[in-house]
Amino acid sequence: MIAVHQLTKRYGRHTAVEDVSFHCEPGTVTGFLGPNGAGKSTTMRMICGLTPPTSGASTVDGRPYRQLPNPGRTVGVLLDASAQHAGRTGREALTVAASTMGVDRRRVGEVLDRVGLGTAAARRRVRAYSLGMRQRLGLANALLGDPRVLVLDEPANGLDPEGIFWMRGLLRDFADRGGTVLLSSHLLREVEAVADRLVVIGGGRIVAQGGKDELLAGAGTVVRARDGAALRAALHRAGLTVSEGSEGLLVGADTDAVGEVALTAGVALTELRPAGGGGLEQLFLTLTATASGPVVPATTIAEPTGEVVR
Amino acid sequence: MTTVSTAPEVTPGHRSGEHRPSLVRLTAVELRKLVDTRAGRWLLITIGLVSAVIVALLLVYAEAPEQNFTVFFTTALLPVGVLLPVLGILSITSEWSQRTALTTFALVPRRERVITAKLGAVVLAALGAVLSSLAFAAAGTAIAGATGGAGTWRIEGALVAHSVVFQVASVLMGAGFGLLLLNTPLAIVTYLVLPIIWSIVGELVRPLNRAAEWLDTGRTMEPLFTAEVTAGQWQRLAVSLLVWLVVPLVAGMVRTMRREVA
Repeated sequence: MIAVHQLTKRYGRHTAVEDVSFHCEPGTVTGFLGPNGAGKSTTMRMICGLTPPTSGASTVDGRPYRQLPNPGRTVGVLLDASAQHAGRTGREALTVAASTMGVDRRRVGEVLDRVGLGTAAARRRVRAYSLGMRQRLGLANALLGDPRVLVLDEPANGLDPEGIFWMRGLLRDFADRGGTVLLSSHLLREVEAVADRLVVIGGGRIVAQGGKDELLAGAGTVVRARDGAALRAALHRAGLTVSEGSEGLLVGADTDAVGEVALTAGVALTELRPAGGGGLEQLFLTLTATASGPVVPATTIAEPTGEVVR
Repeated sequence: MTTVSTAPEVTPGHRSGEHRPSLVRLTAVELRKLVDTRAGRWLLITIGLVSAVIVALLLVYAEAPEQNFTVFFTTALLPVGVLLPVLGILSITSEWSQRTALTTFALVPRRERVITAKLGAVVLAALGAVLSSLAFAAAGTAIAGATGGAGTWRIEGALVAHSVVFQVASVLMGAGFGLLLLNTPLAIVTYLVLPIIWSIVGELVRPLNRAAEWLDTGRTMEPLFTAEVTAGQWQRLAVSLLVWLVVPLVAGMVRTMRREVA
Protein backbone atom coordinates (compact mmCIF):
# COMPACT_ATOMS: atom_id res chain seq x y z
CA MET A 1 0.00 0.00 0.00
CA ILE A 2 0.98 3.60 -0.42
CA ALA A 3 0.30 6.32 2.13
CA VAL A 4 0.93 9.95 1.33
CA HIS A 5 0.70 12.41 4.16
CA GLN A 6 0.62 16.17 3.59
CA LEU A 7 3.33 16.20 0.97
CA THR A 8 4.46 19.66 -0.05
CA LYS A 9 7.17 20.64 -2.51
CA ARG A 10 8.27 24.20 -3.10
CA TYR A 11 10.81 25.38 -5.62
CA GLY A 12 11.77 28.84 -4.46
CA ARG A 13 8.52 30.77 -4.46
CA HIS A 14 6.73 28.30 -6.70
CA THR A 15 4.71 25.63 -4.96
CA ALA A 16 4.57 22.52 -7.13
CA VAL A 17 2.71 20.31 -4.67
CA GLU A 18 0.82 21.50 -1.63
CA ASP A 19 -0.50 19.47 1.25
CA VAL A 20 -1.26 16.35 -0.77
CA SER A 21 -2.62 13.39 1.20
CA PHE A 22 -4.10 10.13 -0.03
CA HIS A 23 -3.57 6.46 0.24
CA CYS A 24 -3.79 3.45 -2.02
CA GLU A 25 -5.04 0.13 -0.68
CA PRO A 26 -4.03 -3.36 -1.74
CA GLY A 27 -6.40 -4.77 -4.31
CA THR A 28 -7.18 -1.39 -5.86
CA VAL A 29 -6.10 0.71 -8.78
CA THR A 30 -5.88 4.39 -7.93
CA GLY A 31 -6.01 6.83 -10.79
CA PHE A 32 -3.94 9.93 -10.14
CA LEU A 33 -5.52 12.45 -12.38
CA GLY A 34 -4.63 15.98 -13.29
CA PRO A 35 -3.66 18.24 -16.15
CA ASN A 36 -0.03 18.54 -17.18
CA GLY A 37 1.98 20.43 -14.61
CA ALA A 38 -0.51 19.76 -11.84
CA GLY A 39 2.10 18.10 -9.64
CA LYS A 40 1.48 14.41 -10.40
CA SER A 41 5.03 13.55 -11.35
CA THR A 42 6.53 15.58 -8.52
CA THR A 43 4.30 13.76 -6.05
CA MET A 44 5.26 10.38 -7.49
CA ARG A 45 8.95 11.23 -7.40
CA MET A 46 8.57 12.21 -3.77
CA ILE A 47 6.87 8.88 -3.03
CA CYS A 48 9.82 7.10 -4.64
CA GLY A 49 12.46 9.01 -2.69
CA LEU A 50 13.85 10.73 -5.77
CA THR A 51 12.73 14.22 -4.82
CA PRO A 52 13.03 15.33 -1.22
CA PRO A 53 9.75 16.87 -0.06
CA THR A 54 9.73 20.32 1.51
CA SER A 55 7.42 18.90 4.14
CA GLY A 56 5.21 15.91 4.67
CA ALA A 57 5.98 12.24 4.30
CA SER A 58 5.00 9.15 2.41
CA THR A 59 5.38 5.43 2.90
CA VAL A 60 5.23 2.39 0.68
CA ASP A 61 4.35 -0.85 2.37
CA GLY A 62 4.55 0.93 5.71
CA ARG A 63 8.05 2.29 5.24
CA PRO A 64 9.52 5.46 3.75
CA TYR A 65 10.77 4.49 0.29
CA ARG A 66 14.40 5.18 1.14
CA GLN A 67 14.20 2.73 4.01
CA LEU A 68 13.02 -0.16 1.87
CA PRO A 69 15.91 -2.63 1.85
CA ASN A 70 15.47 -3.73 -1.75
CA PRO A 71 12.79 -1.42 -3.16
CA GLY A 72 12.50 -3.13 -6.53
CA ARG A 73 11.13 -6.24 -4.80
CA THR A 74 8.42 -4.23 -3.06
CA VAL A 75 7.42 -1.55 -5.51
CA GLY A 76 7.70 -1.42 -9.28
CA VAL A 77 8.37 2.08 -10.51
CA LEU A 78 7.88 3.55 -13.97
CA LEU A 79 8.30 7.29 -13.82
CA ASP A 80 9.64 8.03 -17.27
CA ALA A 81 9.82 5.54 -20.11
CA SER A 82 12.55 7.59 -21.79
CA ALA A 83 14.86 7.28 -18.80
CA GLN A 84 16.76 4.31 -20.23
CA HIS A 85 20.25 4.30 -21.65
CA ALA A 86 19.81 4.67 -25.39
CA GLY A 87 22.85 2.51 -26.05
CA ARG A 88 21.66 -0.54 -24.11
CA THR A 89 19.44 -3.20 -25.56
CA GLY A 90 16.06 -3.70 -23.95
CA ARG A 91 17.14 -7.02 -22.54
CA GLU A 92 20.38 -5.54 -21.19
CA ALA A 93 18.52 -2.72 -19.43
CA LEU A 94 16.40 -5.31 -17.65
CA THR A 95 19.39 -7.54 -16.92
CA VAL A 96 21.14 -4.64 -15.19
CA ALA A 97 18.03 -4.02 -13.06
CA ALA A 98 17.66 -7.75 -12.33
CA SER A 99 21.28 -8.01 -11.19
CA THR A 100 20.83 -4.97 -8.96
CA MET A 101 17.80 -6.52 -7.28
CA GLY A 102 19.24 -10.00 -7.19
CA VAL A 103 16.44 -11.39 -9.31
CA ASP A 104 16.98 -14.52 -11.38
CA ARG A 105 18.01 -13.71 -14.97
CA ARG A 106 15.25 -15.99 -16.28
CA ARG A 107 12.78 -13.50 -14.93
CA VAL A 108 13.98 -11.03 -17.61
CA GLY A 109 12.68 -13.28 -20.37
CA GLU A 110 9.42 -13.78 -18.50
CA VAL A 111 8.62 -10.09 -18.12
CA LEU A 112 9.69 -9.37 -21.70
CA ASP A 113 7.13 -11.94 -22.83
CA ARG A 114 4.57 -10.54 -20.47
CA VAL A 115 4.79 -7.03 -21.92
CA GLY A 116 4.91 -8.29 -25.48
CA LEU A 117 8.49 -7.39 -26.36
CA GLY A 118 9.67 -10.25 -28.53
CA THR A 119 13.20 -11.61 -28.79
CA ALA A 120 13.99 -9.40 -31.77
CA ALA A 121 12.75 -6.26 -30.04
CA ALA A 122 14.57 -7.10 -26.82
CA ARG A 123 17.83 -7.38 -28.73
CA ARG A 124 17.52 -3.91 -30.24
CA ARG A 125 18.97 -0.86 -28.58
CA VAL A 126 16.55 1.37 -26.72
CA ARG A 127 17.56 4.21 -29.06
CA ALA A 128 15.55 2.47 -31.79
CA TYR A 129 12.44 1.98 -29.64
CA SER A 130 9.19 3.80 -30.21
CA LEU A 131 7.62 5.49 -27.21
CA GLY A 132 5.15 2.63 -26.96
CA MET A 133 7.96 0.08 -26.83
CA ARG A 134 9.74 2.14 -24.20
CA GLN A 135 6.57 2.13 -22.12
CA ARG A 136 6.39 -1.64 -22.42
CA LEU A 137 10.05 -1.91 -21.44
CA GLY A 138 9.44 0.43 -18.50
CA LEU A 139 6.50 -1.69 -17.41
CA ALA A 140 8.62 -4.83 -17.73
CA ASN A 141 11.22 -3.11 -15.57
CA ALA A 142 8.55 -2.27 -12.98
CA LEU A 143 7.26 -5.87 -12.92
CA LEU A 144 10.74 -7.39 -12.83
CA GLY A 145 11.09 -7.65 -9.05
CA ASP A 146 7.66 -9.23 -8.68
CA PRO A 147 6.50 -6.31 -6.52
CA ARG A 148 3.20 -5.90 -4.70
CA VAL A 149 2.95 -2.19 -5.44
CA LEU A 150 3.17 -0.39 -8.79
CA VAL A 151 3.79 3.33 -9.23
CA LEU A 152 3.34 4.30 -12.87
CA ASP A 153 3.53 7.80 -14.29
CA GLU A 154 1.54 8.16 -17.51
CA PRO A 155 2.14 4.57 -18.57
CA ALA A 156 -0.37 4.76 -21.40
CA ASN A 157 1.52 7.54 -23.16
CA GLY A 158 2.55 6.42 -26.59
CA LEU A 159 0.68 3.12 -26.44
CA ASP A 160 -1.72 2.37 -29.25
CA PRO A 161 -5.38 1.67 -28.39
CA GLU A 162 -4.71 -2.05 -28.30
CA GLY A 163 -1.72 -1.47 -26.03
CA ILE A 164 -3.82 0.64 -23.69
CA PHE A 165 -6.45 -2.08 -23.56
CA TRP A 166 -3.78 -4.67 -22.83
CA MET A 167 -2.25 -2.53 -20.09
CA ARG A 168 -5.61 -2.03 -18.41
CA GLY A 169 -6.05 -5.78 -18.27
CA LEU A 170 -2.60 -6.23 -16.82
CA LEU A 171 -3.12 -3.62 -14.10
CA ARG A 172 -6.61 -4.88 -13.28
CA ASP A 173 -5.26 -8.38 -12.93
CA PHE A 174 -2.37 -7.15 -10.78
CA ALA A 175 -4.80 -5.40 -8.42
CA ASP A 176 -7.25 -8.30 -8.38
CA ARG A 177 -4.45 -10.52 -7.13
CA GLY A 178 -3.99 -8.18 -4.18
CA GLY A 179 -1.54 -5.68 -5.62
CA THR A 180 -1.67 -1.92 -5.16
CA VAL A 181 -1.52 0.27 -8.24
CA LEU A 182 -1.06 4.03 -8.46
CA LEU A 183 -1.14 5.31 -11.99
CA SER A 184 -1.26 8.84 -13.22
CA SER A 185 -2.81 10.28 -16.31
CA HIS A 186 -3.92 13.57 -17.72
CA LEU A 187 -6.79 11.86 -19.50
CA LEU A 188 -9.88 11.02 -17.48
CA ARG A 189 -11.12 8.43 -19.97
CA GLU A 190 -7.86 6.57 -19.77
CA VAL A 191 -8.04 5.84 -16.04
CA GLU A 192 -11.81 5.74 -15.75
CA ALA A 193 -11.87 2.28 -17.29
CA VAL A 194 -9.43 0.70 -14.87
CA ALA A 195 -9.33 2.73 -11.65
CA ASP A 196 -11.31 1.94 -8.51
CA ARG A 197 -10.39 5.17 -6.88
CA LEU A 198 -9.55 8.57 -8.21
CA VAL A 199 -7.33 11.27 -6.81
CA VAL A 200 -7.69 14.47 -8.79
CA ILE A 201 -4.98 17.08 -8.51
CA GLY A 202 -4.89 20.59 -9.91
CA GLY A 203 -2.42 23.38 -9.30
CA GLY A 204 -0.53 21.17 -6.84
CA ARG A 205 -3.54 20.58 -4.61
CA ILE A 206 -5.96 17.72 -4.37
CA VAL A 207 -9.33 18.89 -5.55
CA ALA A 208 -11.26 15.64 -5.37
CA GLN A 209 -10.70 12.10 -4.26
CA GLY A 210 -12.76 9.06 -3.50
CA GLY A 211 -14.17 5.91 -5.03
CA LYS A 212 -14.67 6.25 -8.76
CA ASP A 213 -18.37 5.38 -8.63
CA GLU A 214 -18.94 7.73 -5.78
CA LEU A 215 -17.13 10.55 -7.53
CA LEU A 216 -18.89 9.96 -10.80
CA ALA A 217 -22.29 9.59 -9.15
CA GLY A 218 -21.82 12.62 -6.96
CA ALA A 219 -21.04 14.71 -9.94
CA GLY A 220 -24.40 16.44 -9.99
CA THR A 221 -27.17 16.65 -12.51
CA VAL A 222 -27.37 17.62 -16.13
CA VAL A 223 -30.53 19.48 -16.94
CA ARG A 224 -31.86 21.16 -20.05
CA ALA A 225 -34.92 23.25 -20.83
CA ARG A 226 -36.10 25.05 -23.89
CA ASP A 227 -36.10 28.21 -21.78
CA GLY A 228 -32.57 27.89 -20.46
CA ALA A 229 -32.44 31.36 -18.98
CA ALA A 230 -35.56 30.83 -16.86
CA LEU A 231 -34.24 27.49 -15.63
CA ARG A 232 -30.89 28.98 -14.74
CA ALA A 233 -32.56 31.84 -12.85
CA ALA A 234 -34.78 29.42 -10.94
CA LEU A 235 -31.83 27.22 -9.96
CA HIS A 236 -29.91 30.27 -8.82
CA ARG A 237 -32.89 31.38 -6.72
CA ALA A 238 -32.92 27.94 -5.11
CA GLY A 239 -29.30 28.47 -4.11
CA LEU A 240 -27.88 25.66 -6.23
CA THR A 241 -24.52 25.87 -7.97
CA VAL A 242 -24.95 26.00 -11.70
CA SER A 243 -22.37 25.86 -14.42
CA GLU A 244 -22.57 25.63 -18.18
CA GLY A 245 -21.87 22.07 -19.24
CA SER A 246 -21.31 20.85 -22.75
CA GLU A 247 -24.71 19.13 -22.85
CA GLY A 248 -26.80 21.53 -20.76
CA LEU A 249 -26.61 23.04 -17.33
CA LEU A 250 -24.58 21.22 -14.74
CA VAL A 251 -26.13 21.51 -11.29
CA GLY A 252 -24.53 20.61 -8.00
CA ALA A 253 -27.54 18.69 -6.69
CA ASP A 254 -29.33 15.40 -7.37
CA THR A 255 -32.05 14.99 -9.97
CA ASP A 256 -34.88 15.12 -7.36
CA ALA A 257 -33.92 18.57 -6.17
CA VAL A 258 -33.47 19.93 -9.65
CA GLY A 259 -36.81 18.49 -10.79
CA GLU A 260 -38.57 20.11 -7.84
CA VAL A 261 -37.06 23.50 -8.63
CA ALA A 262 -38.10 23.22 -12.28
CA LEU A 263 -41.66 22.23 -11.30
CA THR A 264 -42.00 25.12 -8.85
CA ALA A 265 -40.69 27.55 -11.44
CA GLY A 266 -42.97 26.11 -14.09
CA VAL A 267 -40.15 25.45 -16.52
CA ALA A 268 -40.63 22.54 -18.92
CA LEU A 269 -37.55 20.33 -19.00
CA THR A 270 -36.26 18.60 -22.08
CA GLU A 271 -33.64 16.58 -20.24
CA LEU A 272 -32.91 15.64 -16.65
CA ARG A 273 -30.33 13.07 -15.67
CA PRO A 274 -27.40 12.38 -13.32
CA ALA A 275 -24.28 13.93 -14.72
CA GLY A 276 -22.26 10.73 -14.46
CA GLY A 277 -18.72 11.10 -15.67
CA GLY A 278 -19.65 14.34 -17.32
CA GLY A 279 -19.42 16.13 -14.00
CA LEU A 280 -15.97 14.89 -13.32
CA GLU A 281 -15.01 15.68 -16.84
CA GLN A 282 -16.36 19.17 -16.38
CA LEU A 283 -14.29 19.53 -13.23
CA PHE A 284 -11.35 18.25 -15.12
CA LEU A 285 -11.82 20.67 -17.99
CA THR A 286 -12.09 23.52 -15.54
CA LEU A 287 -8.83 22.43 -14.00
CA THR A 288 -7.13 22.14 -17.33
CA ALA A 289 -8.35 25.55 -18.38
CA THR A 290 -7.34 27.40 -15.24
CA ALA A 291 -5.00 24.99 -13.50
CA SER A 292 -5.07 27.32 -10.57
CA GLY A 293 -7.22 25.80 -7.88
CA PRO A 294 -10.49 24.27 -6.92
CA VAL A 295 -13.08 25.99 -9.11
CA VAL A 296 -15.44 23.08 -9.07
CA PRO A 297 -18.99 22.00 -8.52
CA ALA A 298 -19.20 21.66 -4.77
CA THR A 299 -20.46 18.11 -4.70
CA THR A 300 -17.49 16.63 -6.45
CA ILE A 301 -15.09 17.71 -3.79
CA ALA A 302 -14.69 14.72 -1.59
CA GLU A 303 -13.28 15.48 1.79
CA PRO A 304 -9.64 14.46 1.87
CA THR A 305 -9.81 14.59 5.64
CA GLY A 306 -12.53 11.96 5.68
CA GLU A 307 -9.93 9.27 5.37
CA VAL A 308 -7.40 8.23 7.91
CA VAL A 309 -3.97 8.43 6.43
CA ARG A 310 -1.79 5.74 7.79
CA MET B 1 0.01 -3.04 8.82
CA THR B 2 -2.00 -5.99 7.72
CA THR B 3 -1.00 -6.19 4.09
CA VAL B 4 -0.27 -9.87 4.24
CA SER B 5 -3.79 -10.95 5.15
CA THR B 6 -5.48 -8.66 2.64
CA ALA B 7 -3.30 -9.52 -0.32
CA PRO B 8 -2.98 -13.24 -0.64
CA GLU B 9 -1.42 -13.64 -4.04
CA VAL B 10 0.66 -10.63 -4.99
CA THR B 11 1.85 -10.49 -1.39
CA PRO B 12 3.36 -13.76 -0.38
CA GLY B 13 4.20 -13.61 3.30
CA HIS B 14 7.94 -13.59 3.23
CA ARG B 15 10.36 -12.93 0.45
CA SER B 16 13.90 -13.88 -0.19
CA GLY B 17 14.77 -10.58 -1.85
CA GLU B 18 14.10 -8.42 1.16
CA HIS B 19 17.69 -7.76 2.09
CA ARG B 20 19.49 -4.92 0.45
CA PRO B 21 21.86 -5.54 -2.44
CA SER B 22 25.45 -6.02 -1.25
CA LEU B 23 28.21 -3.66 -2.33
CA VAL B 24 29.87 -6.52 -4.16
CA ARG B 25 26.74 -7.05 -6.22
CA LEU B 26 26.36 -3.34 -6.88
CA THR B 27 30.00 -3.09 -7.95
CA ALA B 28 29.52 -6.01 -10.33
CA VAL B 29 26.50 -4.21 -11.79
CA GLU B 30 28.51 -1.01 -12.23
CA LEU B 31 31.30 -2.96 -13.94
CA ARG B 32 28.71 -4.41 -16.27
CA LYS B 33 27.43 -0.92 -17.03
CA LEU B 34 30.94 0.12 -18.05
CA VAL B 35 30.98 -2.42 -20.85
CA ASP B 36 27.38 -2.97 -21.91
CA THR B 37 27.09 0.06 -24.19
CA ARG B 38 29.00 0.61 -27.38
CA ALA B 39 30.51 3.87 -26.10
CA GLY B 40 31.71 2.29 -22.86
CA ARG B 41 33.07 -0.80 -24.55
CA TRP B 42 35.02 1.24 -27.09
CA LEU B 43 36.45 3.51 -24.44
CA LEU B 44 37.76 0.45 -22.59
CA ILE B 45 39.08 -1.10 -25.80
CA THR B 46 40.78 2.20 -26.66
CA ILE B 47 42.39 2.34 -23.24
CA GLY B 48 43.73 -1.15 -23.85
CA LEU B 49 44.81 -0.40 -27.40
CA VAL B 50 46.72 2.73 -26.43
CA SER B 51 49.32 0.54 -24.71
CA ALA B 52 49.51 -1.71 -27.77
CA VAL B 53 49.99 1.25 -30.11
CA ILE B 54 52.67 2.80 -27.91
CA VAL B 55 54.54 -0.50 -27.71
CA ALA B 56 54.27 -0.94 -31.49
CA LEU B 57 55.61 2.58 -32.09
CA LEU B 58 58.51 1.97 -29.73
CA LEU B 59 59.31 -1.29 -31.49
CA VAL B 60 59.53 0.53 -34.79
CA TYR B 61 61.13 3.83 -33.85
CA ALA B 62 62.99 3.50 -30.52
CA GLU B 63 66.71 2.83 -30.28
CA ALA B 64 67.53 -0.81 -29.55
CA PRO B 65 68.62 -0.29 -25.88
CA GLU B 66 65.35 1.59 -25.26
CA GLN B 67 63.32 -1.43 -26.30
CA ASN B 68 62.93 -2.95 -22.87
CA PHE B 69 60.11 -3.86 -20.51
CA THR B 70 60.40 -0.77 -18.30
CA VAL B 71 60.30 1.69 -21.19
CA PHE B 72 57.41 -0.11 -22.88
CA PHE B 73 55.49 -0.01 -19.63
CA THR B 74 56.18 3.55 -18.49
CA THR B 75 55.65 5.18 -21.89
CA ALA B 76 52.10 3.85 -22.04
CA LEU B 77 51.25 5.13 -18.56
CA LEU B 78 50.56 8.73 -19.47
CA PRO B 79 48.21 8.23 -22.45
CA VAL B 80 46.27 5.62 -20.48
CA GLY B 81 46.20 8.03 -17.56
CA VAL B 82 44.55 10.65 -19.78
CA LEU B 83 41.79 8.28 -20.87
CA LEU B 84 41.00 6.66 -17.52
CA PRO B 85 39.59 9.86 -15.99
CA VAL B 86 37.22 10.07 -18.95
CA LEU B 87 35.99 6.61 -17.99
CA GLY B 88 35.60 7.82 -14.40
CA ILE B 89 33.65 10.86 -15.54
CA LEU B 90 31.39 8.91 -17.91
CA SER B 91 30.55 6.25 -15.36
CA ILE B 92 29.03 8.98 -13.19
CA THR B 93 27.67 11.51 -15.65
CA SER B 94 26.05 9.08 -18.09
CA GLU B 95 23.52 8.26 -15.38
CA TRP B 96 22.38 11.85 -15.60
CA SER B 97 22.76 12.48 -19.33
CA GLN B 98 20.98 9.22 -20.17
CA ARG B 99 18.60 9.76 -17.24
CA THR B 100 19.16 6.26 -15.96
CA ALA B 101 19.70 7.81 -12.52
CA LEU B 102 15.92 7.62 -12.24
CA THR B 103 15.99 3.83 -12.50
CA THR B 104 19.25 3.37 -10.62
CA PHE B 105 18.26 5.41 -7.60
CA ALA B 106 14.73 4.00 -7.58
CA LEU B 107 16.29 0.55 -7.16
CA VAL B 108 18.98 1.72 -4.72
CA PRO B 109 17.71 4.80 -2.89
CA ARG B 110 20.80 4.85 -0.68
CA ARG B 111 22.74 6.77 -3.28
CA GLU B 112 26.04 6.64 -1.40
CA ARG B 113 26.04 2.89 -2.03
CA VAL B 114 25.67 3.40 -5.77
CA ILE B 115 28.47 5.95 -5.75
CA THR B 116 30.73 3.68 -3.71
CA ALA B 117 30.05 0.84 -6.14
CA LYS B 118 30.85 3.11 -9.08
CA LEU B 119 34.13 4.19 -7.52
CA GLY B 120 34.94 0.54 -6.87
CA ALA B 121 34.17 -0.33 -10.49
CA VAL B 122 36.35 2.39 -12.00
CA VAL B 123 39.22 1.56 -9.63
CA LEU B 124 39.00 -2.05 -10.81
CA ALA B 125 39.01 -0.78 -14.38
CA ALA B 126 42.18 1.23 -13.61
CA LEU B 127 43.84 -1.86 -12.17
CA GLY B 128 42.80 -3.72 -15.29
CA ALA B 129 44.41 -1.00 -17.38
CA VAL B 130 47.70 -1.42 -15.51
CA LEU B 131 47.51 -5.17 -16.08
CA SER B 132 46.89 -4.71 -19.79
CA SER B 133 49.79 -2.25 -19.99
CA LEU B 134 52.00 -4.87 -18.35
CA ALA B 135 50.76 -7.51 -20.77
CA PHE B 136 51.43 -5.37 -23.84
CA ALA B 137 54.83 -4.36 -22.46
CA ALA B 138 55.63 -8.04 -22.00
CA ALA B 139 54.56 -8.83 -25.54
CA GLY B 140 56.68 -5.91 -26.79
CA THR B 141 59.68 -7.12 -24.81
CA ALA B 142 59.38 -10.61 -26.26
CA ILE B 143 59.16 -9.22 -29.79
CA ALA B 144 62.07 -6.83 -29.14
CA GLY B 145 64.18 -9.73 -27.91
CA ALA B 146 63.50 -11.55 -31.17
CA THR B 147 64.00 -8.57 -33.47
CA GLY B 148 67.22 -7.12 -32.16
CA GLY B 149 65.99 -4.77 -29.43
CA ALA B 150 67.36 -4.93 -25.91
CA GLY B 151 64.44 -7.04 -24.74
CA THR B 152 65.49 -6.81 -21.10
CA TRP B 153 62.81 -7.82 -18.62
CA ARG B 154 64.01 -5.98 -15.51
CA ILE B 155 61.41 -3.72 -13.86
CA GLU B 156 61.37 -2.27 -10.36
CA GLY B 157 58.45 -3.47 -8.26
CA ALA B 158 58.13 0.06 -6.88
CA LEU B 159 57.59 1.41 -10.38
CA VAL B 160 54.62 -0.87 -10.90
CA ALA B 161 53.23 0.15 -7.50
CA HIS B 162 53.65 3.83 -8.38
CA SER B 163 51.92 3.34 -11.69
CA VAL B 164 48.98 1.77 -9.85
CA VAL B 165 48.80 4.84 -7.60
CA PHE B 166 48.93 7.06 -10.67
CA GLN B 167 46.16 5.29 -12.59
CA VAL B 168 43.88 4.87 -9.59
CA ALA B 169 44.33 8.53 -8.65
CA SER B 170 43.63 9.55 -12.26
CA VAL B 171 40.41 7.59 -12.56
CA LEU B 172 39.20 8.80 -9.16
CA MET B 173 39.95 12.41 -10.05
CA GLY B 174 37.77 11.95 -13.12
CA ALA B 175 35.01 10.41 -11.03
CA GLY B 176 35.28 13.31 -8.58
CA PHE B 177 34.84 15.84 -11.37
CA GLY B 178 31.93 13.82 -12.73
CA LEU B 179 30.22 13.74 -9.34
CA LEU B 180 30.76 17.43 -8.80
CA LEU B 181 29.64 18.66 -12.22
CA LEU B 182 27.18 15.88 -13.19
CA ASN B 183 27.48 16.79 -16.84
CA THR B 184 29.66 14.89 -19.32
CA PRO B 185 31.13 17.61 -21.57
CA LEU B 186 31.50 20.09 -18.74
CA ALA B 187 33.28 17.56 -16.53
CA ILE B 188 35.61 16.35 -19.31
CA VAL B 189 36.54 19.85 -20.45
CA THR B 190 37.01 21.09 -16.90
CA TYR B 191 39.08 18.08 -15.99
CA LEU B 192 41.37 18.44 -18.99
CA VAL B 193 41.59 22.21 -19.14
CA LEU B 194 41.87 23.24 -15.49
CA PRO B 195 45.24 21.56 -14.85
CA ILE B 196 46.59 23.05 -18.11
CA ILE B 197 45.52 26.54 -17.09
CA TRP B 198 46.96 25.90 -13.67
CA SER B 199 50.30 24.83 -15.16
CA ILE B 200 50.50 27.90 -17.38
CA VAL B 201 49.49 30.32 -14.66
CA GLY B 202 51.79 28.56 -12.20
CA GLU B 203 54.69 29.08 -14.60
CA LEU B 204 53.89 32.68 -15.47
CA VAL B 205 52.93 34.14 -12.13
CA ARG B 206 55.98 33.90 -9.94
CA PRO B 207 54.24 33.95 -6.53
CA LEU B 208 52.12 31.04 -7.68
CA ASN B 209 55.10 29.05 -8.81
CA ARG B 210 55.76 27.66 -5.36
CA ALA B 211 52.11 26.85 -4.85
CA ALA B 212 52.09 25.01 -8.16
CA GLU B 213 54.80 22.71 -6.89
CA TRP B 214 52.28 21.52 -4.35
CA LEU B 215 49.06 21.78 -6.31
CA ASP B 216 49.78 21.10 -9.99
CA THR B 217 49.08 17.39 -10.36
CA GLY B 218 51.01 17.44 -13.64
CA ARG B 219 54.11 18.15 -11.58
CA THR B 220 53.35 16.29 -8.37
CA MET B 221 52.53 13.07 -10.22
CA GLU B 222 55.66 13.10 -12.33
CA PRO B 223 57.77 11.20 -9.75
CA LEU B 224 55.30 8.31 -10.03
CA PHE B 225 56.80 7.49 -13.43
CA THR B 226 60.00 6.52 -11.67
CA ALA B 227 60.86 3.87 -9.13
CA GLU B 228 62.05 6.42 -6.54
CA VAL B 229 59.65 8.82 -4.85
CA THR B 230 61.01 10.88 -1.95
CA ALA B 231 59.08 11.69 1.20
CA GLY B 232 58.84 15.30 0.09
CA GLN B 233 57.42 14.22 -3.27
CA TRP B 234 54.83 12.02 -1.55
CA GLN B 235 53.80 15.00 0.57
CA ARG B 236 53.35 17.22 -2.46
CA LEU B 237 51.43 14.48 -4.19
CA ALA B 238 49.18 14.07 -1.16
CA VAL B 239 48.45 17.80 -1.00
CA SER B 240 47.67 18.05 -4.70
CA LEU B 241 45.41 14.98 -4.55
CA LEU B 242 43.63 16.42 -1.55
CA VAL B 243 42.72 19.43 -3.67
CA TRP B 244 42.04 17.71 -6.99
CA LEU B 245 40.72 14.34 -5.83
CA VAL B 246 39.40 14.38 -2.27
CA VAL B 247 37.67 17.75 -2.38
CA PRO B 248 35.80 17.18 -5.67
CA LEU B 249 34.91 13.65 -4.57
CA VAL B 250 33.47 14.73 -1.23
CA ALA B 251 31.73 17.83 -2.58
CA GLY B 252 30.41 15.82 -5.52
CA MET B 253 29.16 13.10 -3.21
CA VAL B 254 27.23 15.67 -1.19
CA ARG B 255 25.82 17.21 -4.36
CA THR B 256 24.76 13.87 -5.82
CA MET B 257 23.14 12.82 -2.55
CA ARG B 258 21.01 15.94 -2.48
CA ARG B 259 20.22 16.35 -6.12
CA GLU B 260 16.70 15.85 -7.24
CA VAL B 261 16.35 13.08 -9.80
CA ALA B 262 14.00 13.96 -12.61
